[in-house]
Amino acid sequence: MNRLTLLLCQMLVAVVFFGLWQLLSTVPLFGVTVLPPFFFSNPVDVASQVVAWFASGVIWKHLLITLWESILAFAIGSLGGVMVGFWFARQPRVAAIFDPYVKMINALPRVVLAPIFTLWLGLGIWSKVALGVTLVFFIVFFNVYQGVKETSRGLVDNARMLGMSERQQLRHVYWPSALSWMFSSLHTAVGFAVVGAVVGEYLGSAAGLGYLIQQAEGTFDVAGVFAGMIVLSAFVILIDLAVTLAERRLLVWRPTAAESRG
Amino acid sequence: MQAGEAAAARAVALDDATVAFRVADARVYTAVDKATLGVDDGEFVAIVGPTGCGKSTLLNVAAGLLKPASGAVRIFDAALNGLNHQAGYLFQADALFPWKTAIDNVAIGLEIKGVARAEALERAQAWLTSVGLGAFGNRYPHMLSGGQRKRVGMAQVLIRDPRILLMDEPFGPLDAQTRQIMGNLLLQLWTKDRKAVLFVTHDLEEAIALADRVVIMSAGPGSRIIGDWRVPLPRPRDIFEVRLDKEFHALHREIWNVLKDEVMKGYAQSAGAA
Repeated sequence: MNRLTLLLCQMLVAVVFFGLWQLLSTVPLFGVTVLPPFFFSNPVDVASQVVAWFASGVIWKHLLITLWESILAFAIGSLGGVMVGFWFARQPRVAAIFDPYVKMINALPRVVLAPIFTLWLGLGIWSKVALGVTLVFFIVFFNVYQGVKETSRGLVDNARMLGMSERQQLRHVYWPSALSWMFSSLHTAVGFAVVGAVVGEYLGSAAGLGYLIQQAEGTFDVAGVFAGMIVLSAFVILIDLAVTLAERRLLVWRPTAAESRG
Repeated sequence: MQAGEAAAARAVALDDATVAFRVADARVYTAVDKATLGVDDGEFVAIVGPTGCGKSTLLNVAAGLLKPASGAVRIFDAALNGLNHQAGYLFQADALFPWKTAIDNVAIGLEIKGVARAEALERAQAWLTSVGLGAFGNRYPHMLSGGQRKRVGMAQVLIRDPRILLMDEPFGPLDAQTRQIMGNLLLQLWTKDRKAVLFVTHDLEEAIALADRVVIMSAGPGSRIIGDWRVPLPRPRDIFEVRLDKEFHALHREIWNVLKDEVMKGYAQSAGAA
């Protein structure tokens, strides 16, 4: 299948989906509207809601807030994850002591922490950042921990024979190895940062995409809920694109599937 | 190989070195049993033996990566304690840092010694050129072929100018032609300053073509050194041509007669274990 046909097929899926939605929610079938507008709204209303948000500019404030929360959650969570992961991997005794607690906290569904964070940090951005951090931290932490522990024996031996001190090994072998593992979890980590932000907003806030969706839901504005979801999806796709670009710059040294010769 | 016999400085001396590993259920596996081996300064010694005979183990002992259970290791007449900092080690597997470009991989050996980056890069470039990769400095290891990676590996080790060179089947994974080209390159670089070389291989032809002495190890476990031949072929040698030499064939036959039995033994053991 060439690119053009693929693209056409992909677009066809969207056209059929939205077409059916519009049809079933506006044209009665044997006297019954299959998708009652009250519960399902319709694509035209949803689209006009999205357009209205962008035309009036109210959406930018919410987007910016969510973006800012995601970035902070990602940055703080990654930093913490890298540092603690590195520390645990290099100090097996510390890792052994904390092991049951790490597992316990990681097993906890993070959503239940949201009320606590709201209580502690208020309705502003920091309670959402905290929620995102708890999600991002563990992903990065486990990856880095594993990455440092599994740093190739051969590379370490080579580094030692080249005369690297313990500190130089950290800098030239363990650290890049850990970072490469962190980057391999970049997409997931960024995704979870956004999830943390939006879920946090949804559960209690005064701004952001999650707030927008929650408000619409509260007034049975189904078109508003769907519009919020569409803006959110577009937002996530754009962020993912940015991550892919960053990855391409940062991981030039890594063979990609297309390049590697068996 | 009695003490006091050697005239030239002894670069590496293993004296009754035994290496044992603890394996499952507290049993002890003796990899190398009482190996006594000397490499003079400027001498090229090849160790040949069947698969799994502990050749690499011996090399790791000389490198200080492994401590022998008993016996002594002396490097330039000083007891080896910890890592052997006089040695450069070219590993069997790729050991280049995948996140560094070829030139950075070579320069790192100098940078960690505190050489300024500009100077380190300049000298690394010179080394890359001398291994025939002058134009490949900005490539990452995965963009290079197996043979090119070995060249970078050689430059990485040699730029530090170690007095001893340890090589563990360095050309093992390469195809036959590339191996010969790499062998010639190695000899050409070695001729310049004649470091002491301990070269492990399972390829007897390669060993004879390259080395001054060929040492044969028996099949493991508990492998011993069972033979030591001097290679009388003149230098400089060309690996392509030296193989056509009559003396080469005579020596090859002589050593192979000893090695053959060990290879069969080693093969039988690994077949039995599998």
